Amino acid sequence: MEQFTGKVWKLGDDIDTDIIIPTEYLALKTIEDMKLYGFSPLRPELAAQIGVGDVIVAGKNFGCGSSREQAPEVIKALGIKCIVAKSFARIFFRNSINNGLLLIEQPDLYDDVEEGDRVTVTVNEEIDYKGKKYPIASLPENLVEILQAGGLVKAMRIQNGLGG
Amino acid sequence: MGMTIAEKIIALAANVPEVKAGDIHTVNLDRMMSNDGTTHLTVDMYHNKLKHPRIADPKKMVFIVDHNVPSDSPKTAASQKKMRDFAREHQIDFWEGQGVCHQIMMEHYVCPGELIFGADSHTCTYGALGAFGTGVGCTDLLYGMVTGTSWVLVPETVKFKLTGKLPEGVYPRDLMLTIIGKIGANGVNYQVMEFCGDGAKTLSVNDRMVLCNLAVEAGAKTAIFEADEIALAYLEERGRKPKAVFKSDADAVYAGEYIFDLSKIQPVAARPDFVDDVVPVDDVCGVRIDEAFLGSCNNGRIDELRVGAAIVKGRKVSEHVRFLVVPASKEVYLQALEEGLIDIFMKSGAIVMNPNCSVCWGSCQGVIGENEVLISTGTRNFKGRAGHPSSKVYLGSAATVAASAVKGEICRADMM
Repeated sequence: MEQFTGKVWKLGDDIDTDIIIPTEYLALKTIEDMKLYGFSPLRPELAAQIGVGDVIVAGKNFGCGSSREQAPEVIKALGIKCIVAKSFARIFFRNSINNGLLLIEQPDLYDDVEEGDRVTVTVNEEIDYKGKKYPIASLPENLVEILQAGGLVKAMRIQNGLGG
Repeated sequence: MGMTIAEKIIALAANVPEVKAGDIHTVNLDRMMSNDGTTHLTVDMYHNKLKHPRIADPKKMVFIVDHNVPSDSPKTAASQKKMRDFAREHQIDFWEGQGVCHQIMMEHYVCPGELIFGADSHTCTYGALGAFGTGVGCTDLLYGMVTGTSWVLVPETVKFKLTGKLPEGVYPRDLMLTIIGKIGANGVNYQVMEFCGDGAKTLSVNDRMVLCNLAVEAGAKTAIFEADEIALAYLEERGRKPKAVFKSDADAVYAGEYIFDLSKIQPVAARPDFVDDVVPVDDVCGVRIDEAFLGSCNNGRIDELRVGAAIVKGRKVSEHVRFLVVPASKEVYLQALEEGLIDIFMKSGAIVMNPNCSVCWGSCQGVIGENEVLISTGTRNFKGRAGHPSSKVYLGSAATVAASAVKGEICRADMM
């Protein structure tokens, strides 16, 4: 099973899509332009600090609000490998999977973890933080297929013979 | 085993006799709606990421320009042109400047029993007519447009039994904000809110839209009312027929049940920056405001315009307040004109705008500046939602918004 270690950025409860990418920046031409403003209403400096392979750990209801798909796209473009939260808002959950961004529900890690520490994620099995194991559930088969294809569009191309 | 209304709609769309919460099914989509918030992205993906793109059934598609109307920059003009051209090329129904997408969908398309995807989180509004409407991103929309299908994880249903009748001066918006305040912003995460009970019978389709529309603010996949005689009368008036009229079975399985006595509901407001931070209006009375907004897919219908107009009639909007009034559709606007409501608003000093999403989504009209305060009938009060990150948004009913616009500070309508 895929395993990776990443540095933690810790965010709170109810991180909404207007925080992830405010409306005023949605008119920018590319996700690369937009990502500079990721999380800016909450922590303007954060987008510049996040590095490739980092992990976000958050509380409940991550991604609540709008259906804007730029939210998971910006997070992915910033280099975030996966988001671990107590719970996710449902439209954001689908949008993330559809864009190949891994989301993991885990109820306890958030309360223990500190920003800047490192966690090791074994997909569909567990998260290791300072030697303590936090179990995680397996994703349903159809979501694994989408993630493995690299997102829904790529999965559709494979399923429907719309080109490789 | 019995099924809920939502489960029956999914079973019909999946062409299977029975579904239960937790199952994953491939479903045929009855309709798909996309607006100018994201359609340009869908069109880009259609052209650039698929080798042999096609549209399964253009008659299932509706494109609506409602977020930035009229366009406010060369960038939005370009993305709207992309959408307009694509709709024309593929014979997709196209609406522009005629109203907020969900209002147009309710006036012209939604039928009981349908399963509808919309690339907008407030697509859950369609439950007011007994349809299963749910918000998706542009990738899900693209997949639906190309294949005519999608996958659905059957959500659990939570019963919201409504009893009694709302008191005078208290509105469905007060009720729904009260419910969200009680259950929280993820109180029904990935669940269906099913509204039922005697109290539901006291609510018009417009009232039901107010409740269903905000369900996503409690995390719901969607919300739904049974398509009863009130819903069917609304449909018949508009010359449409239901796909299917479902009731929940007596032995249907619910994940939980809440009971709300409508007669106990009071005027409330949601404080910045969370929709579930709901308090009695009394607790925020006296907060000085810079702007007031009456409109949106939640609260810009004729009922709310009547309430607002009755309050500002013969009065003046406070000199330090901009009061934006935005009818939710052309139909609503024309009705308000006929009833003399627009006249009342204009004479009070309100700014009456064309039907669109306006400041509710914080990108074109009425965007607020540093430290400014808005009281709004819009859908959300997230940090920076209506403009500058330091600005604040309070949510209240049309009555509370109109009264506050006159007073220049938040107040209860019955304190006027």
